[in-house]
Amino acid sequence: MAEVLEAALRLVLVVAAFLVLPLIAGQAEHKVMAHMQSRLGPMYAGGFHGWAQLIADGVKFAQKEDVIPAAADRRVFALAPAVALVPYLLVMVVIPVAPGLVGVDLDAGLFFALAVMGVGVLGSIMAGWSSGNKYSLMGGMRSAAQLMAYELPLVLAASSVAMAAGTLSLPDIVGAWQWWWLPWQAIGAVVFFVAGLAELRRPPFDMPIADSEIIMGPMTEYTGMRFALFMLAEYAGIIVLCALTTVLFLGGWHGPLLPGVVWTLLKTALLVFVVIWVRVSYPRLREDQLQRLAWIALVPLALFQLALTGVVRVLLAP
Amino acid sequence: MHGYFGPYAVVGALLALGVVIVCGALLVNRLLRPNRPTPEKLATYECGVDPVGEGWAQSQVRYYVFTYLYVVFAVDAVFVFPWATVFADPGFGTATLAEMFVFLGFVALGVLYAWRKRVLAWA
Repeated sequence: MAEVLEAALRLVLVVAAFLVLPLIAGQAEHKVMAHMQSRLGPMYAGGFHGWAQLIADGVKFAQKEDVIPAAADRRVFALAPAVALVPYLLVMVVIPVAPGLVGVDLDAGLFFALAVMGVGVLGSIMAGWSSGNKYSLMGGMRSAAQLMAYELPLVLAASSVAMAAGTLSLPDIVGAWQWWWLPWQAIGAVVFFVAGLAELRRPPFDMPIADSEIIMGPMTEYTGMRFALFMLAEYAGIIVLCALTTVLFLGGWHGPLLPGVVWTLLKTALLVFVVIWVRVSYPRLREDQLQRLAWIALVPLALFQLALTGVVRVLLAP
Repeated sequence: MHGYFGPYAVVGALLALGVVIVCGALLVNRLLRPNRPTPEKLATYECGVDPVGEGWAQSQVRYYVFTYLYVVFAVDAVFVFPWATVFADPGFGTATLAEMFVFLGFVALGVLYAWRKRVLAWA
């Protein structure tokens, strides 16, 4: 009984993190972008720094009419936001924030995280295909093209950490982490983070959404709550990517003075800031430029990281 | 909760919670929203003009070579994971390291071959 209660408590914490952290990331994006680009809109609602903007957005989404276009494939169209969102909730369950503080410690945690994260993009492809709209179709095709580019470097970079730690369990990986892994795994970290940005379809890799060319890509026909679920999926994805990067490459809860939870959240928040910063700093790549970047730069770099990890690990082995 | 697959019961419970969250959000939306569909509202969006032809237009997938490459290499990459957990264990060391370079050599040669064949371009 006590075991079931403990598992339930962990799940409640995971769900709470899933519902709160993406909103904080979204709010931070409003404000950081407003400051960086002198935007007035997000700073107005509610007075101080436009604190009420997010609440106003939420109220608007909840009240909006749910339009499913006559030309759409209704069932797939209705299901797509759930397919985009739920995988990120599932990944959160294996991410450790402090020693012992993790939803479930799966033996194959890293593998689970990568496999389930890959499902999220299906929501985008489903939405693009089912909308019966030319912009959506192009967005969906671009999403699929992007999948070919980022998935391999992402997986290879992550497996480098698994080699270094000799385990796939995320808490054990953080437990095995030493400070000198930072320079050792630096290339892998950059490859993982860049590939992750492409997975999230965040600028500079937002060509599937590309509002100035194809309106909103796969989300063109979505309104109200279903659109809000897609937005929530995007920000939950940012949290998951930054938390995974923290856990795999930045040592998770390791750090002086402050408690472990604070260190994990601090590092994650810093990476979220970088994601936002990159968005306001770089122009959008073309889809073929991403393919080129992935196959000519990211994949060879990830392979090099694997070789480096293997040699160092075996040489250091007792 | 016991055995190798025990923890996955918790993951299953979380999946159910996720479905509940999505359904709950859509239910709240259903209770709060108006529902007044008109033919114009249900028309496909093409920047305000009447839609031309069908949404599922014929198009050419220009990246199908990447898809082949991706499938081949992704299958390879999956095998790295079980190997990664044991390759430095006592008694493996040098032999597995040599195997790793054979593996990396194959993959790198594959990418190099594709590049020299000029298929790493948007056809």
